[in-house]
Amino acid sequence: MQSEPLKQKCEQLLRGSYAQLRDFYAQFRAIHIDQLERKWITVSMLVIGLFVGIIVIDAFFHGVNPPGKVETVDSASLHLNQEFAEDNLGVQVDAKGNVTVRMVAGRYSFSPKHIDVPAETPLTFRWVSMDVLHGVHIPMTNMSTMIVPGYVAEISTTFPKPGEYPVLCNEYCGLGHNHMWSNISVIAKEDWPAPVKSPAKGGSNNE
Amino acid sequence: MNDAATRKLALSHLWVAFGAFVVACFMGEYQVLERSGFIPALDSPSVYFASVSTHGVLMAFVLTFFFIMGFGYTIATTSLKQPVWNIPLAWGAFWLALAGVVLAAIPLLTGKASVLYTFYPPMVAPAVFYIGATLLVVGSWVWCVIMLVMFMQWKKANAGQPVPLAMFATAMNALLWLWTSAGVALEVLFQLIPFSLGWIDTIDPGLARTLFAWTLHPIVYFWLIPAYTAFYVFVPKQAGGFLFSDEMARLAFIVLAVFALPIGFHHLYMDPEQAKGWKLLHAIGTFVVALPTLVTGFAVIASLEIAGRLRGGKGLFGWIISLPWTNTMVLSVILSLLMLIFGGFGGIVNASYAMNAMIHNTAWVPGHFHLIFAGTTVIMYFAIAYYLWPILVKKPLFSSSMALVQLWTWFIGMSLLTTPWHVLGLLGQPRRISSVVYNNLLTLAWKPYEFMMIFGGLILLGSACLFIYNLAKTQLNPAAEAFDQEIEFAETVKPVESLPEWLNDVKLWNKVIAVLMAISFGYPILQFFFMDTSGSSPWGF
Repeated sequence: MQSEPLKQKCEQLLRGSYAQLRDFYAQFRAIHIDQLERKWITVSMLVIGLFVGIIVIDAFFHGVNPPGKVETVDSASLHLNQEFAEDNLGVQVDAKGNVTVRMVAGRYSFSPKHIDVPAETPLTFRWVSMDVLHGVHIPMTNMSTMIVPGYVAEISTTFPKPGEYPVLCNEYCGLGHNHMWSNISVIAKEDWPAPVKSPAKGGSNNE
Repeated sequence: MNDAATRKLALSHLWVAFGAFVVACFMGEYQVLERSGFIPALDSPSVYFASVSTHGVLMAFVLTFFFIMGFGYTIATTSLKQPVWNIPLAWGAFWLALAGVVLAAIPLLTGKASVLYTFYPPMVAPAVFYIGATLLVVGSWVWCVIMLVMFMQWKKANAGQPVPLAMFATAMNALLWLWTSAGVALEVLFQLIPFSLGWIDTIDPGLARTLFAWTLHPIVYFWLIPAYTAFYVFVPKQAGGFLFSDEMARLAFIVLAVFALPIGFHHLYMDPEQAKGWKLLHAIGTFVVALPTLVTGFAVIASLEIAGRLRGGKGLFGWIISLPWTNTMVLSVILSLLMLIFGGFGGIVNASYAMNAMIHNTAWVPGHFHLIFAGTTVIMYFAIAYYLWPILVKKPLFSSSMALVQLWTWFIGMSLLTTPWHVLGLLGQPRRISSVVYNNLLTLAWKPYEFMMIFGGLILLGSACLFIYNLAKTQLNPAAEAFDQEIEFAETVKPVESLPEWLNDVKLWNKVIAVLMAISFGYPILQFFFMDTSGSSPWGF
């Protein structure tokens, strides 16, 4: 029988690694650690545990996450892409009232150049690059993402305060990098005129 | 150190390191001036980005690599009391790395490789730039091999004996660097060089960024470990006391090396090509790696307290006053720790997962790493240089009061440079811009901070020149009396007689690293081969 020695071997291996772990633990316990240092390490671990705990709870229960929807796109043929065709860029509202903003980044501008969005409304931004690596940040808000060619950078956020905000490219994209910026107007929810446009085909604004 | 061959080897490395450093300091001051827009005649994006790229390469790769190699040879020969294994090979590594620097410098200085030291495909530089960088890294790999061979040889000849702490830390750093550099090596060899030579038509920037993130965090610990080594093995003795604990120091180096590696995604929090679950996993690891730094802070302060009390300091804080503040090593460690506290605080903000959105790629980030690298780490490089120079050239230091002025001015200059830099980031200023042309009210608030940064940079530049002047004068001083002191390693309060093998060897930790790397980078890298990705064609800048 083949299975008998195999089973024995597995058992031996398990027993061996268990013994190793036990030895390791015994040796670890035997290390001389000063009483005061032990307290310091305990406090340090509690503080780190607190930070990690807050982050993990926020991530799982409050949905506080960085962007991370791994979605590919062909940056070289955006002009053939339905979703990011010129007519579909900018702010769109679907039948359920979800607001999606589609933007194209390319040296050295964001298109469209200027958009109006409502305050206190959940917005889904979908950014794509038509050339190199870019980044976008709207200062004083958490609308921040890298725009990596080949990928759709999707990020959801809500702007609490109406106002005029700059939209800045924050990743080196060539010698004209600092000329890459545009504006966004955040308008009080009740004054915001929803754009009359048909929703894009092939997009993911139906989620 | 009576071995002239080793002294020459170490000195050559250290001079290349500090030569690169002082050149890069001039570039740094030019950059803050150009960026501020106060002198319109300076305004030139092409010169600015050539300078930023060169400044980054010189500081992050040349200063650090050559310093670490020179320091490693010194530590290995003095702590193990054996000559450098295969000295011709060590010189070969030196010349190979130097040739790499020269090769990379040509396109950098002529403005043909302004892709920054982080490479940024699909932008592409001439192949010679990537090949130069590769030779530099290969040179450092040879150093790693020499360190690990010397470590093994000593262990074989002294079976059962604890390896001297200084050498244990150096061996851990060699192991750390071999693992760390593998990520960027894969990117350069399989993506960037073929791409820039036209052998492949497209590149996946997502994969390239993932591989670079593999290297980008642990490389910081590669730079930092020599500073921590000095904290543990030089500072207690120089302060007039004893090291608090030898075993805990080893544990700190182990956790530092093991957990520095599988956490690089905190550089990719805002990236679209990795999923949030992986980012969260790396975020947790990032917090774990704060632990050895907290342990190190405790050990250093405890060792200083022992010294202060032995020198007659009384009361809760009296021991601080009675420390030898005029000893360059002791002053450096105090200033270094102060900068580490503030830099560490900023680091926690960066590490905090979704909170990263607030400061990602803003001026906060260079503010943070200048404080923690150019501050905490480089000030210890100065301290080590002041300590080693008389031993290496066998002449007393030219002026120790000049050295003290230099250390204080470095600290003041770095505070004046990095504090406004952090504030600018919170005010939304992006990093890596050559001038402010945003037609927006927000930018008005940036002006006074930029002025302060120019002033801080000027102090730093003066301090850097003083440092080089002092080292050169020490070496060239013809009339100096002979200096015959040896390196003195700190003794531990309770000396170790025997250690479990895992506190005395790197083999087990190599395996642990392999498992952790497979977990944290395995799928995130493999996904690019399963996904339907479309690459990017090359772009200039």
